[in-house]
Amino acid sequence: MPSRDEIFEKVKKALVDALGVDEEDILPSATMVGDLGAESIDFLDIVFRLEKSFGIKIPRGDLFPEDVLSSSEFVAGGKVNAAGIAALKTRMPFADLSRFEANPNVQNFANTLTVEDMVRYVQSKLSA
Amino acid sequence: MRWFWVDRFNEFVRGQHATAIKNISLSEEHLHDHFPGAAVMPNSLVVEGMAQTAGLLAADAISFERRVVLAKVASAVFHFDAVPGDSLVYKATILDLKPSGSLTHVTSMVGDKLQGEAELFFAHLEPGEGVPRLFEPAELLRWLDHLHIYDVGRDVDGKPLDRPDW
Repeated sequence: MPSRDEIFEKVKKALVDALGVDEEDILPSATMVGDLGAESIDFLDIVFRLEKSFGIKIPRGDLFPEDVLSSSEFVAGGKVNAAGIAALKTRMPFADLSRFEANPNVQNFANTLTVEDMVRYVQSKLSA
Repeated sequence: MRWFWVDRFNEFVRGQHATAIKNISLSEEHLHDHFPGAAVMPNSLVVEGMAQTAGLLAADAISFERRVVLAKVASAVFHFDAVPGDSLVYKATILDLKPSGSLTHVTSMVGDKLQGEAELFFAHLEPGEGVPRLFEPAELLRWLDHLHIYDVGRDVDGKPLDRPDW
């Protein structure tokens, strides 16, 4: 099992290649969408690169729980309800959802994931 | 006008790599004013030729069952301008292929000089994912015939590719 720093370096390379950003922009706290400018198609590209780089399989929905965010059970008036937050936490134990929880507009979710979340996700897949 | 930006495939190995050529001619109307008195092949159209080379390679690899759409130019670097009289040779290699998409690397050579290189990412969309049907089967087959894919195409074992019966 590679160390956290080794995983971070490989995640960084995947993000530099996929997003065309500079290495120094890839900080653990950087958000994928807001800080690094990732668009939806970039996530498919990033998933490809992470799967290849780490030899893991990333199922659709692991990083982007579209089913939860579009469910009438979990979303009301454009906001994710408490049951929805619980479902997201179960689905994405690697992600720090505290910022999203404070203002759970569905539209804000895209800007929730950080580089560190991606690193933790890979760690969770490698240790599974 | 059809959007044809490669002239012919010279090599086509299913699911792996392909080589196509694009002969640049001053008879192409788009070069007449790009630029006045100094014709230069736009690199955006070189990318399109690269994408057609790699995209057909990817589409064949998934039996043309999904719509292969250039989703992203992950990177593109050009070292010099191609001009009328040049033959661009595009070599596309599939780096990764999945049902949902493919990542490819393509180079563009003029003789033994590297003119450009790009990493192209294709999304493979199923019908209903927002992209209309791109080709009628007969029309697509005509294009593949123009490009000689079934003359030069081989599978990984060197066996000639079967021309689809569309």
